[in-house]
This record gives sequence, structure tokens and C-alpha cells, in this order.
Amino acid sequence: MFGLVLLIGIPMLFITGLLSYASYNPELSPLNDETPDKGVLGFYLFAWPTHPYWLYRLLQGVHVTLGVVLVPVLLAKLWSVIPKLFEWLPVRSIAHGLERLSLLMLVGGVIFEFVTGIFNIQLYYVFPGSFYRLHFYGAWVFIAAFVVHVCLKIGRMARALRSRSLGDELRTDLAHTVPEPPDPDGLVAASPASPTMTRRGAVGMVGAGSLLLFVVTAGQSIGGRLRATALLAPHNRDPGSGPNSFQVNKTAAKVGITPALVGPTWRLEVHGHGVPRVFTRDQLLAMPQHAAALPIACVEGWSTEDQQWSGLRLADLAALAGVPDAASVLVQSIQPPGPFTRVVLRGNQIHDPRALLALRVNGAHLSLDHGYPARIIVPANPGVNNTKWVHRLTFRA
Amino acid sequence: MARIVRWYGSGPLHLLVLVASFALTGYAMVSLFAVRPWEVAIWFVGAAILHDLILLPLYSLADLSALSVLRHRAADGPRVPWINHLRVPAFLSGLLLLVWFPLVFRLAVPYPGDTALSDSVYLGRWLAITGVLFAASAVVFAVRLRRLRRAGRGDKSRPAAGHGAAP
Ligand code: HEM
Repeated sequence: MFGLVLLIGIPMLFITGLLSYASYNPELSPLNDETPDKGVLGFYLFAWPTHPYWLYRLLQGVHVTLGVVLVPVLLAKLWSVIPKLFEWLPVRSIAHGLERLSLLMLVGGVIFEFVTGIFNIQLYYVFPGSFYRLHFYGAWVFIAAFVVHVCLKIGRMARALRSRSLGDELRTDLAHTVPEPPDPDGLVAASPASPTMTRRGAVGMVGAGSLLLFVVTAGQSIGGRLRATALLAPHNRDPGSGPNSFQVNKTAAKVGITPALVGPTWRLEVHGHGVPRVFTRDQLLAMPQHAAALPIACVEGWSTEDQQWSGLRLADLAALAGVPDAASVLVQSIQPPGPFTRVVLRGNQIHDPRALLALRVNGAHLSLDHGYPARIIVPANPGVNNTKWVHRLTFRA
Repeated sequence: MARIVRWYGSGPLHLLVLVASFALTGYAMVSLFAVRPWEVAIWFVGAAILHDLILLPLYSLADLSALSVLRHRAADGPRVPWINHLRVPAFLSGLLLLVWFPLVFRLAVPYPGDTALSDSVYLGRWLAITGVLFAASAVVFAVRLRRLRRAGRGDKSRPAAGHGAAP
């Protein structure tokens, strides 16, 4: 029962996770790749699309919310196989020994993935090293064991589910709740205590746990009025009020952006074919402005509603640089060196008419925390690749 | 064939699936353990051990001791299966804490600086949700107890047992 939910949920987590990795366009440039030694594990990568514009918002919202909601199901599953977890020795045969080893990868792997993921979305960086490395390679180690486990056990699960009707089980009251018949794996207690909870109650309690976690979490991704119900989620409130009041991933103060860095001396450099062009912010504002309604969607799973951005089309800037059919652009922030201060965007992202170097949002100038004087906003792009405090664009054919 | 099965302990397909899986595991592990290998290994194996040897005995113990301590108190008067009225809110509250404890206990050092949000709200919210859960459970329990007393007065001969323990 819990196994069946995980059989659907875990592959969904794995696939949404792999897609999230693809969304960085790691093949485009080492700057975009947090796990450059991935080797064949990047076999599936593809050019990340810009349609539909809410793609990344949905994808990462599902990954994180689903993961959180599956926690009670995972705990219930582990609870139901307790005797197995303690049965390490003696190893009865080579086959049995290999299976035990694979089971260690399975249990260690799933808890490792859940713990690193859940810690990461709360910015609780106590795990040893880069989250990307641990969570990405950990996912592969775990999924290898998961596939074996499914291959070996799917027949037994189907038999167990077929052996009785779910409806009947859920209608059984406590007085009629009887222990499981003995099973070949020895998972069923030999002399169980008299029941204190029906199967309906146990499934209900786990379901209630998932529902409660959903209610206190999902609003940070769904947004709107539901954001307020996400009582325990990290991004459940607006940090301020006014047009710039939506969620911030990293504030200017945090990454070392000072007002002096973005004062009157700030310039945008546009490199491409020929001599670089240099613009003040007023010159940029005097050029034709375009609008786009796009969300900020963070890799941590939270996102904002669509914001009304306006600024210059990346395609127009590419033309200005003398590379109208640019295949890529290197975006550099004025931020002191650190992760995601430089990023490379692909041709399809440059040429989407909604892809902007934004100067204003919701009718106001960008605030410092949202990337003043200018920031990138590209449809379906993960938040960290929508670089803030941009000061140089280098278009390449 | 039979000799392989006897020597190995299962069919050749079993071996094939496991070897293929270990090949992938090994490949990913080279990178997983490339940086700070010991700490990563401790986290990986430690995750399993922490759950099996610490968390699990803890919650079993809490459940068993609640059962044995409170069983005696409930002996007089009509019986309503009460343990789940304690178990369910405790489970739900504990679950919320298990997932969100870094925010609740304000352990996420970069959080306020990164997000421009304060992490001081979470402890109060978690306590409030916990309070509501236990209070709701107590109300349901009281209602059931009352109903049972009434039923008991109306029909003394019917045994109280047999009511579902489920909420
Ligand atoms: C509660 C559980 C989980 C949470 C909160 C969580 C959280 C996250 C977060 C925040 C990311 C963003 C990093 C990024 O996109 O680069 C991510 C990526 C990823 N997750 Fe999870 N995750 C969870 C469970 C899992 C599980 C069980 C798997 C494997 C089956 C998994 C596989 C992945 C993969 C492959 C990535 C891409 C990593 C990369 O971009 O390098 N996650 N996860």
C-alpha cells in the first residue's frame, strides 16, 4: 500500500530532479554546471525550452512539495519493514548478501536524499560539501538500488494487494482487525500485540500527515492566498510591501552588493561583434521597452506569482552587439565572485520575445534586492540563472 | 544451472540485475565520494543507522510507555479506545517538527540574511499547530466519551467494546 505510493512518487521525484538539472543547461558551459564530473550520468541532457513559461515553476514546486509530502509515507514504509532492517547477519548465500548490500544503498540512499533535500530548502547547510554534488550523485546511487528493489519485489507487492480488497480493509473496525498471515520474508510479527489501531486508522494517520504537510508547505509554490497557509514553509511571506515586495532568494547585502557598486558610475557593457558598447541606465531606459509577465521560480521549490517586468529584449541587445542570431550569451553580474555570478544562456532563450534585461518591475524601478540596476528574466528559467545586478553581456554566434 | 543456483543462492537473472545495479552505484559513488569521502560515507550510512537505531526505538518507546502508564488511569468508567487520540496528534506534530526543525529551532544561520525574512515566527506557529491538533483530538475524545456514557445509560447490556479505534 505505502509501497505502491512510493513506487509512483519516487520515480516522479527522480525525473523532476533530473529535469531540474537539465534546466541549467549544464552542457552549454562549465559555468552552468555544478557537477562537471557527471560523465555518462548527463546522457539525457537537452536544450532547455522557454515554453511553457511556468514550466520550471511547476517542475520544482512538484519536486520539493512531493518530497515533503512523501515523508510520512516513507516513514510508514520503513516502519512496516523494521524486522528486515535489523536482520543483517548471518548472510545465508551470496545472493542474500548482495541483496543486503543493495538494501543498505536503498535505505541509506533514500534517507540521504530526503535529508539533504529538506535541509537545503531551509538553508540548513550542514551536509558535507556542495548540495548539488551530494543530492545529484546520491540520487543515482539510490535509484540504482531502487530499481533492483522494485524488480525483486513487484511480484510480491502485486500479490499482497490482490490478496484482499482495499475497500474491505478500509471498512474493517478495530474488533475485526486481525494480524497478517505469516509471510515468506518473516516480516509479520510472530505473536503480535492485540491491535490498537485499524488498518484504516494507520493509512488514515499517514494520509493525514501528508495532507497536513501539504497544507503547511505547498502555498510557497502555488502562491496567491495559499501562500499564507504555508505556515511552516521557508518562503511563506512577503519580505516587504509595494511593487518590489515579492520573495528574494539572496539579498544584495548578503552577496556584497553595495549602493556604491550600482550608483551613477554603473554601466552596462554589451560585447559581441566589433567594439563593445557601453550604456548608462538612463540610456537603456530611453530605448524601446518591452513587457513580460513571468514568475521567479527558485530551485528550492518556492516561486512567486507572475510579475510584470519591463526592459530590453535580449534579442534586441544581441542585434545591438552585432550578433543578431546569437547562439549564446555570457551574463556577468557585478557581484563579487561566487556561485551563479556568471551564467551562459542559450540561443532559444535569447530569442524568446519575453526574455528581457529587466529594468523595472510592477511599474517601479527594480529594488536593490531584486537586481537594480538591471537583471535577466527568461521564461521557464530556474531562478539562479536569472542573474541580478548585471553589468556585462557577451553575445556569441 | 542447478549448480549455479546452489552456489549463488538464486537464479542468474537475480545476479544480473544486482551486478548491473552495482555498476551504476559504483560509477556514481566515485563522484559522490570524490570530495570529503569520509564525511559523505558517514552521512550515507549514518542516515540509515540514525533512523533504525535511534529514531525508531525512540518513538516505539514513547508509544509503549504511554500505553502502559495511562492504561491504569482509564480503568474506571466506560471505555473508549483512547490511545489513538494521543497517538495521532503526537504523530502529526512530531512529523511537522521532523521536517521543519531547522526553521523551528532557528538553526538555518543564512536564512534571515538571504531571504530578508525573520525565522522567529516558526517556533510559535509550530506550537500553535500542535496545540490545535491536541485540542481537536481532545474534543473528539470528549464527544465520543459522552456518546458512550449516554448509550451505556440507555442500554446497560450492550458492551462498549467494538467501537472502532480509528479517527
Ligand atoms: C523531501 C525530499 C526532497 C527535497 C526537499 C528535494 C529538494 C531538491 C532541491 C531543492 C533541488 C534543487 C537543486 C537543483 O535543481 O539543482 C533538487 C534537485 C534534485 N533532486 Fe531532489 N529533493 C528531494 C528528494 C529527492 C529524491 C528522493 C531524489 C531521487 C530519487 C531526488 C533527486 C534530485 C535530482 C536528481 C536533482 C537534480 C540535482 C542537480 O540539479 O544537480 N530528490 N532536489
